[in-house]
Amino acid sequence: MNALQAGFPVLARPYAAAAKAIGMAEAELITRLGRMLDDGTLTRFGPMFDAEAIGGAFCLCAMQVPADRFDGVVAIVNAMPEVAHNYERAHPLNMWFVLATERPELIDVAVARIERATGLAVVALPKEAEYFIGLRLAA
Amino acid sequence: MSAPLPPDSVDRRIMRATQRGLPLVARPYHAIAADLGITAAEVMARINAMLAQGAIRRIAAVPNHFALGYRANGMTVWDVADERIDELGRLIGALEFVSHCYRRPRRPPIWPYNLFAMVHGKERADVEEKAKRIGAILGDAARAHEILYSTRILKKTGLRLAG
Repeated sequence: MNALQAGFPVLARPYAAAAKAIGMAEAELITRLGRMLDDGTLTRFGPMFDAEAIGGAFCLCAMQVPADRFDGVVAIVNAMPEVAHNYERAHPLNMWFVLATERPELIDVAVARIERATGLAVVALPKEAEYFIGLRLAA
Repeated sequence: MSAPLPPDSVDRRIMRATQRGLPLVARPYHAIAADLGITAAEVMARINAMLAQGAIRRIAAVPNHFALGYRANGMTVWDVADERIDELGRLIGALEFVSHCYRRPRRPPIWPYNLFAMVHGKERADVEEKAKRIGAILGDAARAHEILYSTRILKKTGLRLAG
């Protein structure tokens, strides 16, 4: 997993190359990746697309969801393809999600749609400056 | 990074074919190529171009922090004086234990914080210790702060193309 956080090769047989670098057989690496995806150790394996680099946008949003409506609101929010991540957090603003859209103006459209579908206010917190993105977790 | 270039239709088809993940087969780029009816060489050339341009940040495994034992995922948020936030934000963002650091708008009264620094730890005590170090750097430029712990991942898929 550590080896695959850095960057996976673009070659005819990339698993063979990545496996060799860590002293593993190609088939074993593929099997292990499949198992880690199935059991939730990995959330995803593949290209990480950057919405901003293709002219799109990201926006962090928060909502204050009543406890007795939480599961229903999760279903509504998660069903939207624009919602890239969604976390429950211990705070009165208890649902935090990231919208990723192909064009910046679609952020407001998605926010309005969530507000309409849930009847709840969305607090949009777009990034104004980014100070760093770095750390990888040691597994 | 150069000005954003909208992906052309072949790039979009490659994105759509891989947004759920890279195929777990020995020749994944050939598998994508067969699905799209183009050559593997073109798939690889276009993926390399998207990597160079930044449309693909990298091809990688995304770990589940909880599954790795990083059970404490703390979003530390701070109300920092506007005239000092950029100078201090750069210092906080450079800390090795801060994975993401952003300036965002305050939304009073519900949300008074403008600096976000994400901190991961095995335990909440680790996160609190790291938040203290952030607080020491911010000093009296920070009027208030909180740590919001994530208690559940509800969804984590990354960007999806619509339609």
